[in-house]
This record gives sequence, structure tokens and C-alpha cells, in this order.
Amino acid sequence: MIAVINYGAGNLPNAVRALEHVGARLQVTDQAADVRRASAVVLPGVGATADTMRSLQTMEMDAAIRAVVAQGVPFLGICVGMQVLAQSSEEFGLHPCLGLVPGVIRRFPAGLKVPQIGWNQVEHAETPLWQGIPSGAEFYFVHSYYLDEADQGQISGRTEYGLTFPSALAFNNITAVQFHPEKSGRWGLQLLKNWVSQVAGSQ
Amino acid sequence: MLTRRIIPCLDVKAGRVVKGISFVNHRDAGDPVALAALYDAAGADELVFYDITASSDERNIMVDVVEQVARQVFIPLTVGGGIRTVDDMYRMLRAGADKVSINTAAVQNPGLIEEGARRFGSQCIVLSMDARRVNEPGAAPRWNVFTHTGRDPRPTGLDAIAWAKQVVALGAGELVINSMDADGTGAGYDNELLRAISEQVGVPVIASGGAGEPAHLLSALRDGKADAVLAASIFHFGTYTVGAVKTYLAAQGVPMRQPPQGTL
Repeated sequence: MIAVINYGAGNLPNAVRALEHVGARLQVTDQAADVRRASAVVLPGVGATADTMRSLQTMEMDAAIRAVVAQGVPFLGICVGMQVLAQSSEEFGLHPCLGLVPGVIRRFPAGLKVPQIGWNQVEHAETPLWQGIPSGAEFYFVHSYYLDEADQGQISGRTEYGLTFPSALAFNNITAVQFHPEKSGRWGLQLLKNWVSQVAGSQ
Repeated sequence: MLTRRIIPCLDVKAGRVVKGISFVNHRDAGDPVALAALYDAAGADELVFYDITASSDERNIMVDVVEQVARQVFIPLTVGGGIRTVDDMYRMLRAGADKVSINTAAVQNPGLIEEGARRFGSQCIVLSMDARRVNEPGAAPRWNVFTHTGRDPRPTGLDAIAWAKQVVALGAGELVINSMDADGTGAGYDNELLRAISEQVGVPVIASGGAGEPAHLLSALRDGKADAVLAASIFHFGTYTVGAVKTYLAAQGVPMRQPPQGTL
């Protein structure tokens, strides 16, 4: 069973609908114990890292996420669910995040329209996560902050908006995307389907 | 590169889309779910559903409409019309809307923008404004904001550019700028208004009102510096398809998302 962490994120229902659409069997939960027992974990999100970290800590989800990631359980972070994996974030004052990947969450530089809202290309490597999706396909983004100083070896997709930033990470059991696959039409559903099949195959 | 967005807008009354009868030879052209799926397949980058119903009973129908659409169409959905409180916003977002659009309610209570942005994030809050030119002929252009633009437009006394800056400061994540002068003419967007606002705010600006042909969308994006264009009649009446418009804009050098074939 794939656990989807419910911490009040606005896009939770849409992430759930899209995952179910591609055949995932889900348990939507706000209980850390459920997450610790899950065969895979999804952390959806939209909003600020500071609020998200506070919610996760209140629910003791931060420790549960660290534990399952350490055990090798497949983990998918979406948007803020990707950003909280970083070491720290500068959004609303520098604060620590989960520290599961190198890097800092920084605001896009001045002179750009922020948030970045809309469909942007993702240049990606040919890996199972991207099976059936051409490199350069567009995905839907809504964000003001991005992952800076990432480990180049962990980056699976890159996108340009004023600068080039990591729009997807994939290494070991961690997958994380800055865009919203649940709102990225055909390609977004394909990516979720690929992840769900990988997860099923790893059990 | 971030692509520019083409956003069809559908008016919904008591759960039925009220325009677009000739858009497709579909058995039920008023069905919001069927129309949303067709627009998605045609390459629409987002969809706006605008509830034009008056009664609150019928507004509950809108929640069901949003839920049904969100179950089948996996592109961003914005819902506007009749959203007056943070609870109204929550109901639509929970039903599957990605954004809510507010207009008159924000003029009456600007705090609603701030409250909504704080609770759901700025990316959820779209501020829509209806603006009309108010300068004397020959004088420098000036636009004021109006409400109740359907039958009986009411001036608010607000300057459109000042209002745009104010709502962004309060937390609006995107602006829809509807020109009352251009709306319904099919003669093109008010690019001067769009540009004046786009150059003054740091959030995306969506052009609305006046599209009659693809060249109008091009000039709103190029001359009006809009980040996206909203259009209703040119798509609904089947004059142009979303795909044909995108092919034209791409050929003119505008970054466009070309939709993938097939569905999952």
C-alpha cells in the first residue's frame, strides 16, 4: 500500500485522484505509524517550506519520513514535498528542512515573474521514471523557490527559468519533482504511472 | 523556457456550460466534463470555469461540476464567480480547483485576498478585474475598476494600475485583466492596459476580453506583455481551435506547449 501523507496540503485531493487514475492503491493518512508501515510513501505539497516543516514535525512525520527513506522504502516528493528534502530553506527566514538531499531552497532571482506559473520543459535522462516521455516535454510548475546547490549526481531533470534548476531528483529510493505531475496532463500521468510501476516492481 | 498559456473560459449556469453549442458536434455540448476533456485533448493549458448562477443552491451544483471535471481532466482548473469568503475558496479547492478567482468580493473586502493567500498560498488566489478607460480623449490613458459589469456596471473609483499593485501586495498570485472596452468587440485585447499593468507587477498577467482572431492573442502576448491569454467566444463558437491557435503562435516565435497525443 502506498501511503499519501495528509498534512493539509491544498493539492492532496488532486494528487490522490491522479495516482488512483494510473492504478495506484493508496492510503491517505495523517498518522506517522501508517507511513512507517507503508510499502511506498508520497508527500504532495503546495505552499511554503516553513509551514510544511512545522506541520510534519507536529505530526511526527519528519522522523517517520527519515526512517522510511533510510530503510529504502520508495519515496515520492511533489513540489514542496521535494523542497523539504533539502538541508535548509530561505523561505520566510532560513530554517532547517529534512536534510535528506544536499542543497538549499532559494527564491528565484529578481527580475523574473514570481511565482513561475505555467508549463515548462524538463530535460531529462533516459531512466525508467521517464519511460515514454520525451526529453523536453512540458510539465506544470507553480513555485517561487527552487533547489540550489543540489548534488549533480542526484538530478534527474533540469528546467530553465532565468537560471537552470533541478526540476527532478531520482537516486536510490528517492524521487522528487518540483512540478505538479497531477496537473501536467498526459506526461504527468505517465510519470506517476512509471513511478507506481517501479514501486510495485520493487516489492 | 516557460511557455505562454492559452486558457479557454467556460461560463457555467446551474451546472451547464452556457456557451459553446457549436464548438463540437457532441451530443451534449453543455456538459462541463465533456467540454473540459475536449479542451484538454485540444491542448488547452488551463481551464477557467466561471459560475454565472445567482442562487446559492445552484452554487452547490458548481462544487459537483468541479469535482467531476477534476476526476477526469488533469490540467489546472480555476473557478470563479460567487466566491465571497475563505470558506467558499476552501470548498472549491477541496473539490479539485487549483485556483480561485475573485473580483467584486475583493473590491468590497480587500482583506479576502490576504486571508486567502495566507491560508492557501498566493498561487491559489487569482484576482480578476474589469477595467474601463476613463481619460478624456487625447489625454494620457487611465483606467478605472468597475464591478457588476454584467448589466449595471458600477464604478469603484479605483485606478486599475494602483489596484493591481495593491492586490499583489496583499498576496494575489496572478491577475486577470479584463478590458470592458474591448470585451465582446472581437477587435483585440486592450494591449496598452495589459502592458501598463504587466510592467508594474511581478506576478503573471492574463489577458481577457476582445479576442476575435489569433493575431489578437499574439499582440496581447507580445505588445501587451501578457503571460497568458484567456478567451471564450473564439474557441466556443468553433471559429478557431486551441490547436490551430497554438500552431500559429508557435510559428510566430511564441513559446507554446504542444500537447501530447493520446490519453492515459
